[in-house]
Amino acid sequence: MILPYYITIPLLSAFLISLIAGKKDKWAILLSTTAGASMLILSIYSLIAQNGETFIYKMGFWSLPVGIVLVQDGLACLMLVLVSLISFTSLIYSVQYIRHMDRNWKYYALFMLLVTGMNGVIITGDLFNLFVFMEIALLSAFALVAYGGQAEEYEAAFKYAVMGALSSTLVLIGIAILYSATSTLTMAKMAEKVPTLDPRLIYWVGGLFLAGFGLKAAIMPFHAWLPDAHSSAPAPISSMLSGVLIKVLGIYAMIRLYFNVFGAPHLYMNVFMVLGAISIILSGLLSIVQWDMKRLLAYSSISQIGYILVGLGIGTPLGILGAVFHLFSHAIFKSLLFYNAGAVEMALGTRDMRKMGSLVHALPVTSATSLVGGLAISGIPPFNGFISKLIIIIALIKAGAPVYAILAVIGSILTLGAIMKMQRFGFRGETEISKISEKIGWPMQTSMVLLALLCLLTGLMMLPGIRESILDPVVKVIVDHHQYMQLVLGR
Amino acid sequence: MTLYLMCFALFLVGVYGLLTKRDLIKLILSIAIMGYSVNLLLILFAYKKDAVFPILLKGTVQGTMVDPLPQALVLTSIVIELGTTALLVALAIRLVQKFKTFDITKIRRLFG
Amino acid sequence: MNNPKQGMTLIVKTVTRVTVWLIVLYGIYLILHGHLTPGGGFGGGVILALAFLNIMLAYGRETTQKWLNIKFLEDIEAVSATLFLFMGLLGIALGGHFLINFLPKGSPHSLLSAGNIPILNVLIGVKVAMSLFLVVWVLAGLHEEEGGQS
Repeated sequence: MILPYYITIPLLSAFLISLIAGKKDKWAILLSTTAGASMLILSIYSLIAQNGETFIYKMGFWSLPVGIVLVQDGLACLMLVLVSLISFTSLIYSVQYIRHMDRNWKYYALFMLLVTGMNGVIITGDLFNLFVFMEIALLSAFALVAYGGQAEEYEAAFKYAVMGALSSTLVLIGIAILYSATSTLTMAKMAEKVPTLDPRLIYWVGGLFLAGFGLKAAIMPFHAWLPDAHSSAPAPISSMLSGVLIKVLGIYAMIRLYFNVFGAPHLYMNVFMVLGAISIILSGLLSIVQWDMKRLLAYSSISQIGYILVGLGIGTPLGILGAVFHLFSHAIFKSLLFYNAGAVEMALGTRDMRKMGSLVHALPVTSATSLVGGLAISGIPPFNGFISKLIIIIALIKAGAPVYAILAVIGSILTLGAIMKMQRFGFRGETEISKISEKIGWPMQTSMVLLALLCLLTGLMMLPGIRESILDPVVKVIVDHHQYMQLVLGR
Repeated sequence: MTLYLMCFALFLVGVYGLLTKRDLIKLILSIAIMGYSVNLLLILFAYKKDAVFPILLKGTVQGTMVDPLPQALVLTSIVIELGTTALLVALAIRLVQKFKTFDITKIRRLFG
Repeated sequence: MNNPKQGMTLIVKTVTRVTVWLIVLYGIYLILHGHLTPGGGFGGGVILALAFLNIMLAYGRETTQKWLNIKFLEDIEAVSATLFLFMGLLGIALGGHFLINFLPKGSPHSLLSAGNIPILNVLIGVKVAMSLFLVVWVLAGLHEEEGGQS
């Protein structure tokens, strides 16, 4: 099987990079792009060839009550494709960006460790293994946020590190209590024993997990690290953090725990909807008043995560379909917007939008792709953002919660306002800027154009033929509470 | 029962330090104390009444053993917290170099 | 070798030259008996790192830099991590699953038993020792007055 290769390929390349690379970063770039491309090919192959089945892999051939299993079902396939796509484009983008920052090869080793951690979180079936891989990804993210060497980056990384360590401690307490109640660590066997437990225990542990994983996912009361960390980090790291890290470590872990292990208790579904609605409105309002381009995009990230949470909190298959599709499309267009912001920062040397002017002629590819990304995030047809937001709003109305639907529409208008501010001041200002410090090379332009094309093409995923094969197995795994348990234990 | 309460009290000491202290190094120490309290909690969950340590020695009779799995979990957790503490200390050194102060309330360039 | 301006006093330096080998012996004992007694890779690796740290603390950083080859230690760290992954991949080649136990398992309570666990213990011990020592080495090299990079 190819399941252990998702972990060993990036881990091996991280160690080989630190062994081989000398003063220049030629070998580091070669190794890391080879690893990224091979993982992209592997994940697309497994998405197409798997057809919605679930694969189990026993590590070290220890069978189930004793050993650790790796599980790859429909949701894991989709997340693997997402992670490898965004990391591949980020690697291509960062070749020129890191050279502009005068850094060396250590960035690529840390980047590969980040990808290892995220892949490990996606395909593992054991709860403590999830914690360990989450810590690997989180420590690499702390180090990468502080990579630039300026004062704001260290402050943002320190805040992120302290809050991340606190939330990991809370998750560990939750794991300890679950282990003492069910005496097993495999998530499928835990799902078997959960109906026999006291419901108050489930509420308590669910609260601890909500605080712990919610901080990683930047849900509204726990969001305070995100604007600093995402705006001070280097641009490819901002897109990786905002595009995949908060989704894999936060939303994916919460889906596995709340839907597959706990069986979607009603209290937490209501809590998800309330917190999601607060996230949408408050951070939409906060994102309009920002003058720093990346801080605006960071606040709108919190807002879109609120959409995903509201979609998850509804519980019906249509809502979960909307949430998963919004997860996929948000990663694509938010990464594209962060790449554009990074390109503008590299060309002009500043992120303050009051100092920018018209960039349409100086940076043509960047302005065009930022227009595509801005239209996609605001929900304009035919881009993928429109389809995913529409499905969430329709699911809200069908489930009988019209207040939330109105709040979602208001949030969409607020997002449109923030993006219009970014376009008006950042790209289409009054004065024409003619001289830029550094030309955007072809790697950065390639990754931006690729993601812009994908914004358009993934809207086609809603066509009936393609949707059945890719998105329906995902929804089936999440909604059907007993299927995960039977699939893992039945083999 | 009192042992569990004392673990929780240690966790609360860590939380108190994190909330009220202003020095960078004291914040790092508070996070370490919280980590140690969770490790203690994990080991406490493994205890069975009148059981021996879980090692097979040559020539002894094997009775009831305490649960060895949380001990492996605690070993891993100690190493992870070691890595986190090392990273936090490195960031603290760089912060002191840039901002010239150990006081966390003066390091506030990013807000809004 | 005795530079009175760096490191600690003469008594500490002389005693360290004897006791550091005892620390190394204890660390190797913990690593090799990892499958029989508590300890294993992590604990033994930390004790080995303490041996290197003892030299660095007693003699000062500049003298230790002339003595030990830091680039070689960094290479050992990366090599042992890569060898761990290769043991796992050999498991796929020889046994069909990642990290499967493919060496012969001897009789219980003897030193050369339990398949490939002692080899993995040694690799982890070396990696942990080098990592801890290099982390403290780098942190000790950042002076307080520089506003340096990286």
